[in-house]
Amino acid sequence: MAEYIITTEKEKWEVICGLEIHCQIISQSKIFSGASTEFGDDVNENVSFVDAGMPGMLPTLNKECVHQAIKTGLGLNAVINKYSEFSRKNYFYADLPQGYQITQFQYPIVGEGAVDIDLPDGTTKTIRIERMHIEQDAGKSIHDMSPTKSFIDLNRAGVGLMEIVTKPDFRSPDEAGAFLRKLRSILRYLGTCDGNMDEGSMRCDVNVSVRPYGSDEYRTRCEMKNVNSVKFVMQAIESEAKRHIEVYENGGDIAQETRQFDPATQTTKVMRKKEFAHDYRYFPEPDLPPLVLSDEFINKIKSELVELPDAKKARFVKDLGLTAYDAMVICENKETADFFEKAAKGHDAKKVANWLMGDFFAMLNEKKLELKDSPVSAENLGALVELITSNVINGKTAKDVFAIMAETGENPEKIVEEKGLKQVTDTGAIEKLIDDLLASATDNVAAYRGGKVGLFGWFVGQVMKQSQGKANPQVVNELLKKKLG
Amino acid sequence: MSDLTDLTISESLKKLRNKEISPVELTKAYVENMENNNAKYNAYVTTTAELALAQAKEAEIKYLNGTNRPLEGIALGIKDLFCTKGVRTTACSHILDNFIPQYESTVTQHLLNDGAIFLGKLNLDEFAMGGSNETSYFGPVINPWSKEVKLVAGGSSGGSAAAVAAKMCAAATGTDTGGSIREPAAFCGVTGIKPTYGRCSRYGIVAFASSLDQAGPIAKDVTDCALLLNSMAGYDANDSTSSKEVVPDFSSFIGQDIKGLKVGIPQEYRVDGLNPEVAAYWDKAAEMLKASGAEIVSISLPHTKYALPTYYVIAPAEASSNLARYDGVRYGERVEGNGLDELYINSRTEGFGKEVKRRILIGTYVLSAGYYDAYYLKAQKVRRLIKNDFDEAFKKCDIILTPTSPIEPFAIGDKKMLENPINMYLNDVFTVSVNLAGLPAMSLPIGLSQKGLPFGMQLIGKAFDEGTIFKTAYQLERSANFVRM
Amino acid sequence: MAVDNDTVRRIAFLSRLKVEPDKLEETKEEFNKILNWVEELGEVNTDNVEPLVSVNNESLTLREDNVTAGHISQEILKNAPAQEFGYFVVPKVVE
Repeated sequence: MAEYIITTEKEKWEVICGLEIHCQIISQSKIFSGASTEFGDDVNENVSFVDAGMPGMLPTLNKECVHQAIKTGLGLNAVINKYSEFSRKNYFYADLPQGYQITQFQYPIVGEGAVDIDLPDGTTKTIRIERMHIEQDAGKSIHDMSPTKSFIDLNRAGVGLMEIVTKPDFRSPDEAGAFLRKLRSILRYLGTCDGNMDEGSMRCDVNVSVRPYGSDEYRTRCEMKNVNSVKFVMQAIESEAKRHIEVYENGGDIAQETRQFDPATQTTKVMRKKEFAHDYRYFPEPDLPPLVLSDEFINKIKSELVELPDAKKARFVKDLGLTAYDAMVICENKETADFFEKAAKGHDAKKVANWLMGDFFAMLNEKKLELKDSPVSAENLGALVELITSNVINGKTAKDVFAIMAETGENPEKIVEEKGLKQVTDTGAIEKLIDDLLASATDNVAAYRGGKVGLFGWFVGQVMKQSQGKANPQVVNELLKKKLG
Repeated sequence: MSDLTDLTISESLKKLRNKEISPVELTKAYVENMENNNAKYNAYVTTTAELALAQAKEAEIKYLNGTNRPLEGIALGIKDLFCTKGVRTTACSHILDNFIPQYESTVTQHLLNDGAIFLGKLNLDEFAMGGSNETSYFGPVINPWSKEVKLVAGGSSGGSAAAVAAKMCAAATGTDTGGSIREPAAFCGVTGIKPTYGRCSRYGIVAFASSLDQAGPIAKDVTDCALLLNSMAGYDANDSTSSKEVVPDFSSFIGQDIKGLKVGIPQEYRVDGLNPEVAAYWDKAAEMLKASGAEIVSISLPHTKYALPTYYVIAPAEASSNLARYDGVRYGERVEGNGLDELYINSRTEGFGKEVKRRILIGTYVLSAGYYDAYYLKAQKVRRLIKNDFDEAFKKCDIILTPTSPIEPFAIGDKKMLENPINMYLNDVFTVSVNLAGLPAMSLPIGLSQKGLPFGMQLIGKAFDEGTIFKTAYQLERSANFVRM
Repeated sequence: MAVDNDTVRRIAFLSRLKVEPDKLEETKEEFNKILNWVEELGEVNTDNVEPLVSVNNESLTLREDNVTAGHISQEILKNAPAQEFGYFVVPKVVE
């Protein structure tokens, strides 16, 4: 990967970045209560007495959230800790009913891991995972309904979260972007988080510092909270790095602080200085005994794990002969990969991949359709490719057939049959067409034979036209060459 | 005063089942006592006589049609720390002044399911923080044994112990974090047991210190305690710290002999300057058990001296977090302010009493950055050593005998207790270790001091071995032949 | 570790409690008295002692993922000192 270096008149700078990503766990009920996790219900409807922090209420841990966390940990190639503890993180806020968040601190459920990212130039890089723990989400404060009041909805309070913390391994905005896309892909494959950053089900905190290129020091970092798209994360890293460089080059110092990235201005502004940092007073949650997992429990989840994007990609390259790039694009999204595999079954996988990434996606795009709503089924796409490879139709006819498939959802064999689009490979029939043409276009024949070889294409075109596009172009070529001498 | 209220629960049940008395007349007798004497003792902070009488009428039907349940028609007082659906629950704090829970605690639900009748909610130290019931927002409970000077009833379950002693209920629920059942029981000449941690669900009980809190009964005698604990105990999926240990029929231990039982006397409890009357009763109790066939063995609990400081780190730490939810936002006292933080500060400053605030501050301090290791972590380690002491001791004995309190009930407003909170804390010297180790312990009256005030003896059992406590306590009760008020 | 006035103020704010300026001295002294007392714990050798986190040895029980609560907004809001349109209401929070 080309190095990302910010060069100024004075110095060359390197960017150091780490990410903390909060991912909402997919589960029916909340992590510590039996209220629904459903999004978009009426205010305070999905709230239990536990979620509202009523006196005497106690948390109980949702098995599914533990399952999902272990799955995710395995997906991050990380250590699953058989012993973990819950802790309380104490702070006052209007949407934090208990006055503390139940989280994991000293003993998280998932330890160190590693994720390979694919960079735009085709290279890969390993990003190390520091840890992942599970915790509860806060409620929502609504500030724009009144000039003097804030309104509190606790529907989200207590929804399970996984917080993934990376090591400071990112050296460019591209790497961070690639990681987030990869992480989202893994989470969606696993079905543990829907990964929608714009809806807040995946939220990213970005830590940035810079250092002179070639040095190995770590300078003061700043944290940008809740950056809510991949693009904004990349922009935030760039803008914050440039701010640091400017401060340093003007002889200043960077203070450790929490900042907020504003996409509109492409700048960050300070939210909280370190001296006002919270003192969270973490301590082990006395309402929940330690979580002790058995090998059996973990192994069962391991055995049920789906094939992840990297493994799938490798298999597509090795077994199906795709290029690394095509495999990566197809595997980023599990539904696409599944669709592809279904379509490619028994057919020329490379051709299927080309069709999928070309005409097929173009068609979905144009029709503004999701993959699952495609009028062209995976089987029919495969069948279309088969018609081409077995010379039943030629490439040009295939495009016409595909257009009909996209409109009607019909299978290609039927379309070819009904419309009589089978290509003519019968040399006798083609020979007759050529003979007729040569007999009528005597001027051009003479010109060609006189040296105007550029006319060859015209002859091919005429024969194809006469065959209504059904003639096998290769056969036409060969015969024409022979007859024209 | 009616004779009916002299009956123990076991005696009442016998008469109810034989239809010698009706639940309505029994309940009326208690209601009458309650209404006549409450002004004198300040034991109840909320009375629900009408509800009780309505329940009694239902009980009457149950007895008539033979569907009576184990505690049918038994009128109880409920410590105002248990949330009771539709009935004001205050924890005797101004901050919960008008709080009406929309849910029932598991323990009170068990009692209701078994046919018990609730007369009202009993006074306690604010949030159960205190040893004399003087920190209650509703004023101190007056010990029914008081002569000229008004004496404290002990705390924190002072209302419960006083109400039982003064026959304003057949028995009461209590909770015990550092001695809050046993000390008031001792001060009021009644019997109370703090079961093993996890025996009774904490769900719906306003939390003080989660790792120490445990509910239990306060009753007229050992037999009644067994009857009540049978109903109160049991695993509850809503409390992750409640135990799945099988609950035996505690009544079955009543009357069992204790021949050959090894009773341990911890040498470290014979503290310097121990009240000679207390020491004399301790020896006497040991003699009584010996006379019943038990063997007296000397044991050592070397870390006894550190139990109080350990407790006064851990309990306030947990309390500081447990009480963060009282913020004036979702329920309880709210004092408006300029902005959210001011609303919090005003509500909490106004809503909490002095001792509660003191403990929140200490608890916050011992958890705060830079002090956690020195105080909280250290205390947790010493807690382990204290528990290990008991594990060792129980290799040499089956049960441990100690006094419940080093002193007899003192006057309300006692200067020495008020001028230095530590003096008050020292009263818990014999009780707190039991909570730190999670063990069951009972206090039962042994005799009167020269001033005519009751003394209590404490029996400490192995974890989940309340049975041995019940059989030993019953023998000791018979030998002591204490005359109730 | 003696506590000073600034620490008392900081701890009071963390606790969201007000210590009136004229009570600061008294609170500080009381604080130090209690802390001195609990510092007795320093005498105990706790090398290689694991902190006791949970007194019963049972591991955490996991709950099945079923929706068993909710749709009780009336009960949730029943005791609210201030509510509007089904929300809890607090003074405007400036972020």
